[in-house]
Amino acid sequence: MSGATFLGMPSFPGAAKDALADTQLRRNLAHATATIRGKRTDAVGELDDWQELREAGRAIKERTLRHLDRYLLQLEERVTAAGGRVHWARDAEEASRIVVDLVRSTGERELVKVKSMATQEIGLNEALAEAGIAAYETDLAELIVQLGEDLPSHLLVPAIHRNRAEIREIFLRAMGEHGAAAPDGLGDAPAELAEAARRHLREKFLRAKVAVSGANFLVADTGTAVVVESEGNGRMCLTLPETLISVAGIEKVVPTWQDLEVFLQLLPRSSTGERMNPYTSTWTGTGTGTGTGTGTGTETGSGAGADGGEGPRAFHLVLLDGGRSDTLADPVGRQALNCIRCSACLNVCPVYERVGGHAYGSVYPGPIGAILSPQLRGGATESDRSLPYASTLCGACYEVCPVKINIPDVLVHLRARMVDGGRRRPVPKPERLAMAAASWVLAEPSRLAAAQRAGALAGRLLPGRRGRGASRLPGPLSAWTDARDAPVPAEESFRAWWRRTRR
Amino acid sequence: MREAAMSEARAEVLHRIRRALADVPDDERPQDVPVARDYSRSAPPGADPAQAAKLLAERLADYGAAVRLVPEDAVARAVADALAARGAARVVVPGGFPREWQAGLTTEGTGTPVRILSDDPRVPVSELDRTDGTVTTAATAIAETGTLVLDGGPGQGRRALTLVPDYHLCLVRAGQVVFGVPEALARLDPARPLTFVSGPSATSDIELERVEGVHGPRTLEVIVIV
Amino acid sequence: MRIALFITCLADTLAPATGRAVVRLLERLGCEVEFPQSQTCCGQMHFNTGYRRECVPLVRRFADAFTGYDAVVTPSGSCAAMVREYHGQVAGTAGDARLSAAVSAAPPVYELSEFLVRVLQVTDVGAYFPHRVTYHPTCHSLRVLGVGDAPAALLRAVRGIDLVELPAADQCCGFGGTFALKNADTSVAMCADKVRHVTGTGAEVLCAGDNSCLTHIGGMLSRLRAGVRTMHLAEILASTEAYDVPSTHDGAERVKSP
Repeated sequence: MSGATFLGMPSFPGAAKDALADTQLRRNLAHATATIRGKRTDAVGELDDWQELREAGRAIKERTLRHLDRYLLQLEERVTAAGGRVHWARDAEEASRIVVDLVRSTGERELVKVKSMATQEIGLNEALAEAGIAAYETDLAELIVQLGEDLPSHLLVPAIHRNRAEIREIFLRAMGEHGAAAPDGLGDAPAELAEAARRHLREKFLRAKVAVSGANFLVADTGTAVVVESEGNGRMCLTLPETLISVAGIEKVVPTWQDLEVFLQLLPRSSTGERMNPYTSTWTGTGTGTGTGTGTGTETGSGAGADGGEGPRAFHLVLLDGGRSDTLADPVGRQALNCIRCSACLNVCPVYERVGGHAYGSVYPGPIGAILSPQLRGGATESDRSLPYASTLCGACYEVCPVKINIPDVLVHLRARMVDGGRRRPVPKPERLAMAAASWVLAEPSRLAAAQRAGALAGRLLPGRRGRGASRLPGPLSAWTDARDAPVPAEESFRAWWRRTRR
Repeated sequence: MREAAMSEARAEVLHRIRRALADVPDDERPQDVPVARDYSRSAPPGADPAQAAKLLAERLADYGAAVRLVPEDAVARAVADALAARGAARVVVPGGFPREWQAGLTTEGTGTPVRILSDDPRVPVSELDRTDGTVTTAATAIAETGTLVLDGGPGQGRRALTLVPDYHLCLVRAGQVVFGVPEALARLDPARPLTFVSGPSATSDIELERVEGVHGPRTLEVIVIV
Repeated sequence: MRIALFITCLADTLAPATGRAVVRLLERLGCEVEFPQSQTCCGQMHFNTGYRRECVPLVRRFADAFTGYDAVVTPSGSCAAMVREYHGQVAGTAGDARLSAAVSAAPPVYELSEFLVRVLQVTDVGAYFPHRVTYHPTCHSLRVLGVGDAPAALLRAVRGIDLVELPAADQCCGFGGTFALKNADTSVAMCADKVRHVTGTGAEVLCAGDNSCLTHIGGMLSRLRAGVRTMHLAEILASTEAYDVPSTHDGAERVKSP
């Protein structure tokens, strides 16, 4: 199905330019982000203790990351004790190979999938397809992306770049090729489209023997995995198949069951702007373990997943590094691993709102993508190097982040890392020369004063100057004057005025 | 060979993590990283259980569930009425669901006769797909978020029962309702399979417009017993 | 109280009228303002673009220039935020203990509206400005400094002003320093929306507390001949019945003849 990939994407400014020209995209994004922003504001506004929850979320993540090895080992022990099996993957390829092998050993040729960023990140669907295994995405937006042979453009709503008319067309065209066709006379009302997805996927849910999911949280002290969702496709995947394979980044672990009381409040309100998402499922291994809880266990409840029982008989947890340990090594950049994938930062970002997710060339778009992707992928490509600059540092992302990731600070930090990395080049980039020159001028007031006088003179000579501004500047500065008049240095600088009038 | 690669991967990932945390002092313990839990962990002072039940009902209704507050002695009648109004003729009732609350269903002359499927032996999933609904109890409920929590205990059944049929009627006692998320988690046993349900299934994937009812039950009805 | 004006390199060079307005305003309120002539730039452009090493001499220059004053006032939320939030970090990263000490010993830096409302505790500064004005809260004053309602409170107290609300006011104008050049297309798209909102208000003047953002939005307003001029908050607050600051950039304020 989907053969689209983010590999070889152009760097951000170029990709953004194309996206900006897509008027349909601009309209879809403006509408969708404005809607979700409003919902989030309302949901967050209902809680008096929001700031305290954010601080607790941040602190729990900090505690976790600083002792990550210990929590992962505890998690492994608890999951294993509860009948699950834990696998470790150093990178995307290894993680994909583990999953492919696990599916092969079941003898199945198809599986159902719950939306998962980790499996996007490792390119699992492509690896499965190569092994002759069909992976059916079951989240509505993922289904739209998969049927449209498209790329996701948002963490929560991967098809945010599509409107109802486009989605109707995709369903009519592609559903029949992969299962139950869309009904004749399908309209474009969201309820009708959701109904078509329900019918298309139901037969797949009922016959699936294997499911692949991610995990929103993994609780170290109980071995519990948590999936937060809305549509019920997650519940279908976690309940009906015999084998469940969950792929999760190593940073998804939280120390204790109690810690969920923070994240289950922060995530839905930040993400969909709901007090609580419709469905949250938790499971601990295959439920065959001795259990650690103190609740009211009875014979009817807990117990093994057999034939449509409480859940799968086999549970595999694949823990993915994939650049996370490298990210962890940077004490400033590390906080990007706090991320709980709520997407609030995307929805408030004025850059994301205008260019959409594809321009970021990564499964993680928006402000969090701009700090996470270059760190996870190592920052070697031109695209990665352009990402930390894909922000005005306006700070709207930090303000809404439920785990207080200081995205502007990390962006600036990564910029510095890139600049410092470039200092080894024998031939400096023009920008570096310009910055060095500016620093030299600004380090001494006399040099600045001289530059101001020269600037005032040059300003008088500039071509195309009208009234208050210059309409055409040369070289890289033309990027400014393509659409904006440029200010010209004043005839008399402030310091010259002060000297003239005050001394 | 797989096992060997696995343990090698495990060792390497753990090694990389430890190397990455070179800035963390060796003698630092997790509890040395302070976590201030200054957020609200209990009901607001003076809140009484009746208020919590009322808030639960409001919040559930806000997300598209049909909610009724019903006194104990009218529960059987309310269950029968709900199923009759729904036109549900075949419903699954899990083991441990109170017999007295099913009383209205076995009485002749209350409307459409309802056939009750017990889940013992387990109803196959394909069969579940053809039933008209499920009637269950809940383990606890969270007022502030409008959430029911099922833990597979008596009267709640396995997860598939409240997932595959298109209609879920859930009964919860006012005494089971807590105010917020922290209180609920403290009551629940993580070893059990937990399902938190806040309204019927929903999606906002198309233009962020909320549509209620996708894969899970499209209709959620709740009877809060007061 | 010895108050030093930090004019910022941008206002010094491109918008000296703002500086003259700050001096006039503070003196009218009874403050004695000094202008330490060894000042240059806060180093924000270097810092934000990743040139930390090149930023160090500017941080040193700042600490030297303002040492000994009781407070520094600056007509820029962005530069105030740079000094307050990041000078310590630059010194720390550079591993220069003397610089770190100098930075921590430096006087507190206030953005103008903060200084007026929180330190001097005035909102009515005796200004008169009979024009239709809309106010754009700049990102750093809003989110890093948290000036809150201070600028709006000052504007509301201006006599004769017709202050109209700017839709989507808290959205960034797309300037972002070198962002405006590195991602010029996105920057222009953001600015276009800001301009649309500004012109939609029917305002004659767009006011803000940062000349950087005003230069950006103003550059597009000017290119479009939109008929809206930009003015720094200081310039509106400095205006009285007897003293008129007609434009940010024309440099020649007029004293009305009696």
